[in-house]
Amino acid sequence: MAEKVLMKGNEAIAEAAIRAGCMHYFGYPITPQTEIAAYMAKRMPKIGGVFLQAESEIAAINMVYGVAGTGLRVMTSSSSPGVSLKGEGISYLAGSDLPALIVNVQRGGPGLGGIQPSQSDYFQATRGGGHGDYHLIVMAPASVQEMADMTAKCFDLSDKYRVPAMILADGTLGQMMEPVVLPEPTDYKPNKPWAVTGTECKRKHNIINSLYLKPEQLEQTNFERYERYKAIEENEPLWEEFMMEDAEVCVAAFGIAARVSKNAIMAARAEGIKVGMIRPITLWPFPKKPFKAAADKCKAFISVELSMGQMIEDVQLATECKRPVTLCNRTGGMIPSPEEVLEAIKKAAGGNK
Amino acid sequence: MATTQILIAGFGGQGVLFTGKCIAYKGLDEGKQLSWLPSYGPEMRGGTANCSVIISDTPVGSPIVSTPDVLTAMNLPSLDKYEDATVKGGKIFVDSTLIDRKVKRTDVDAYYIPATKLANDAGFPNLANMIMMGKMIKEAKMVSMDGMKEALSHVISAKRAEMLEINLKAIEIGYNYEG
Repeated sequence: MAEKVLMKGNEAIAEAAIRAGCMHYFGYPITPQTEIAAYMAKRMPKIGGVFLQAESEIAAINMVYGVAGTGLRVMTSSSSPGVSLKGEGISYLAGSDLPALIVNVQRGGPGLGGIQPSQSDYFQATRGGGHGDYHLIVMAPASVQEMADMTAKCFDLSDKYRVPAMILADGTLGQMMEPVVLPEPTDYKPNKPWAVTGTECKRKHNIINSLYLKPEQLEQTNFERYERYKAIEENEPLWEEFMMEDAEVCVAAFGIAARVSKNAIMAARAEGIKVGMIRPITLWPFPKKPFKAAADKCKAFISVELSMGQMIEDVQLATECKRPVTLCNRTGGMIPSPEEVLEAIKKAAGGNK
Repeated sequence: MATTQILIAGFGGQGVLFTGKCIAYKGLDEGKQLSWLPSYGPEMRGGTANCSVIISDTPVGSPIVSTPDVLTAMNLPSLDKYEDATVKGGKIFVDSTLIDRKVKRTDVDAYYIPATKLANDAGFPNLANMIMMGKMIKEAKMVSMDGMKEALSHVISAKRAEMLEINLKAIEIGYNYEG
């Protein structure tokens, strides 16, 4: 087995991106994701890659657009307010069918908010974030290992479907260190016939563009893109089921909230409460299937979130509102304690007898 | 013990994050499951800094230590803030050079180490944190002292090899301190 090393989540993302063949990074510092930029600043010049600190988040995302158009793997990272600034550029990436990785290590909002961990950009991430009809592939790591693994996975999926991908993490995961086995470096060779790489006068030139003034054409382009979204929804949902075999209460939580919920579930199990968890690993596509199945077995659902309740809407949709879904949450940079989650589990377990 | 939840707290600059890192690397070398989580708020700049470390034989759930089994307080605000959160039967380590009060709880084991003074006397005034760490390892046993030098070599860069011996010596002073 490869060697385990201790790394911060932010650093694991950066190293994994390089190993996945990403040689271009554009960013602008913001807590709590700055370690990604710092790591790239240190490593990229040594390996012939590009690290560029742009003058703003808006500039950075447009640099990403440029490199993505050439077919190379490219990424940017930021935290909540910075990702809002990138919104326009992300919409352009989606509208031009460009693969790229955007990392959001979330902090409390809205506005400038705070710098402590949050999950309140769930709507922004899963509904697109910018203007227009589009989706991102959104993955939610819950450990430093997953930060590394999902970085590689996001690049692969993004290339495969020509859809920008996002890692939606939070300040805790970005800042914490855990043992991680880094993925083996890949010898990435782009195979993108659509990319703008110079025609050498041998082929018709490619165009990367999101402007369609004829509505019929724009509609057709959107229809075509939604066919790919449909394929992603069919093929790519990922989730983890934890103690769901005999569960009567189902916790829904992702990222750091899932880590806290695991403690609470173990404590509840010790008291004889049959509770389990479905942890969405992809937030878009949302793993509807396990929730739909659980709605037939479980009597209640609890959505545990570091927000005022955003994923809860997807849980309600996926369970088709067959069972009550309650919210156990903290916001603004606060994290629910295992005791708070345990309390919510007890309430849900007792409330519907 | 299957899982030890450790909270190390003090002023920014005392090396509380570094101490946690050393323990984490030692845990890694011993093949344990672990997590290390720093406070990264504005309090780091001159105010209180703290770090959550969990060393376990089973996968770590939440990395946030809100009820420590082991609390190391390197200043009074940290002891005031976290004493009550410590679990019953837990261990509290106090730098008694900087904290002039005793632990009020009677259901925990309290250890008083004049770490800042010991560090000054030994000629490395910046290493009170390592002295505290030595005592923690001795009493809480979340990791062992064997192979400590190797663990430190992950944290201290080869360019500063001379610091490795000094840190090791500071840990030993704490480990052997009886008071």
